[in-house]
Amino acid sequence: MAKILIPTPLRPYTDKLDTVDASGATVGELLADLTRKHAGLKAHLYNDQGKLRSFVNVYVNDEDIRYLQKELTPVSAGDTVSIIPSVAGGSDDRGTGLAAGSAVVDAARPVPQLTNDEVKRYSRHLIMPEVGVDGQRKLKAAKVLCIGAGGLGSPASMYLAAAGVGTIGVVDFDVVDFSNLQRQILHGTPDVGRSKLASAKDRLHAINPEIQIETYETALSSQNALKLFGPYDVILDGTDNFPTRYLVNDACVLLGKPNAYGSIFRFEGQASVFAAKDGPCYRCLYPEPPPPGLVPSCAEGGVLGVLPGIIGVIQATETVKLIMGIGEPLIGRFLIYDALRMKFRELKLRKDPECPVCGTHPTVTKLIDYEQFCGVTPTQGDGSPLAQGGTPVPVNPATEITAAELKQRLDRGDALRIVDVREPNEYQINRIAGSVLIPLGDVPKRYAELDPDEEIVVQCKMGSRSAKAADFLRSVGFKRVLNLKGGILDWIDKVDPSQPKY
Amino acid sequence: MRVTVRLFARLRDIAGTAELARDLAPGAQATTVGDVWRQLAKEFPELAGYERSISSAVNADYARMDHVIRDGDEIAFLPPVSGG
Repeated sequence: MAKILIPTPLRPYTDKLDTVDASGATVGELLADLTRKHAGLKAHLYNDQGKLRSFVNVYVNDEDIRYLQKELTPVSAGDTVSIIPSVAGGSDDRGTGLAAGSAVVDAARPVPQLTNDEVKRYSRHLIMPEVGVDGQRKLKAAKVLCIGAGGLGSPASMYLAAAGVGTIGVVDFDVVDFSNLQRQILHGTPDVGRSKLASAKDRLHAINPEIQIETYETALSSQNALKLFGPYDVILDGTDNFPTRYLVNDACVLLGKPNAYGSIFRFEGQASVFAAKDGPCYRCLYPEPPPPGLVPSCAEGGVLGVLPGIIGVIQATETVKLIMGIGEPLIGRFLIYDALRMKFRELKLRKDPECPVCGTHPTVTKLIDYEQFCGVTPTQGDGSPLAQGGTPVPVNPATEITAAELKQRLDRGDALRIVDVREPNEYQINRIAGSVLIPLGDVPKRYAELDPDEEIVVQCKMGSRSAKAADFLRSVGFKRVLNLKGGILDWIDKVDPSQPKY
Repeated sequence: MRVTVRLFARLRDIAGTAELARDLAPGAQATTVGDVWRQLAKEFPELAGYERSISSAVNADYARMDHVIRDGDEIAFLPPVSGG
């Protein structure tokens, strides 16, 4: 006996069943048994000659039978056979439409009717029975809070707006920068220099004027998170730093609100739904944050521009499913996407009974100081590290030099060896004249090229990697090592504005 | 015992590969995910700093460092990623 998954378009012929048990030793016998039980299916699966129709694909445990033994492919008890007709809309319904259970929208909130304009706008939703008028009204009643209007927040909020989520909140306090435009599609070239929220509001309202956009021009903090999250049904985490990630997770757990999580790095993305009822949270996966500086941010490591498009839209998809209570949510599943290899992988996650926030005996019962938790100390001038998207390293003034001081000392003719620890492709973009390039990863192999008695200034893009290089050099006996504060970006701002920034 | 190791994000960059196979000598005690990690960290010293920050999975199932592994297992190591 094997299980056959019936796709949505064929369910009218199986008494609406999404799964049918059938017997047979091969796929052919199994399908014959299926069409005996549900005769109406026959004309949809087979042509007049009794051959499987060419647009019907059959999979045994996710393997296409065309690459196995076609209809002679053996089937054993416990196998799952999926019938997958081609779908013109470019989607692929594997027919596993298990309902997600109750929707997340506050049951006490009135569910508004749709106006005639809205019926027209959402018609492609309304004609699908899984959404229908009821689902669309749930979307209209729903409130989703996007943390960050950046790479992930852009596609996520735009699709949520288009889909008709009635209230979209956006938290951000940044200004649109040229370097954002490669991926943050909420913002256009004319928006450079504007507040991200003003730009986001215009863009989202242009997509859909029927919805409410609430903007919060503030840094999310332990003081304001619970209050900000309060009115919302789903929190969509599109932040770019660890302190805020842990803050969003903990606030979601404490409030019992699902966290549509996504994160990106270079060519890889991750997505999951955390903190849902009975599901694991981010801390079940990563109980402790990495030490500052260990994991590069997008500003340090780079990111493929289209990558947040994929991950942000997965977050939006999960959000919409949670609101309507349809499909199989990404709860207890951790999706990893590799854009270079174009592969999706999935890990099973479980709620950790010992989790400090969502476990059986939680030790974190209110929001804590997340910057301290992540070992990050605020730097002066540029605001809190939560603002910077990086993983700043604690500052020790005795081991640092500012761009202005460095310029002064170079002008004075001091013998300083400037060591640039970035990667060669970064060195191509800009550099401090006279510097030598030793990428951070090569420093342990190549430090012998440097004179331990010489005074050394290490430098990277923003100062994190060079701080690690400085620590290493000191550990192997270099006495006079200074880290250039703010890296080459600060050097360009304060000393040499002729060079391009990245 | 032979296992497949999958590395993600920064770990992949450090090792220079996303997937590698390793033979593990049977020890007095059962071999754990942590043993595999420590062997890798010996090979690629830059990995060592990640030990407390990574999560791991055995055959696509989240598992802790003390999880006992068997011949043929696929072990994945994932560093956290913060970009947005």
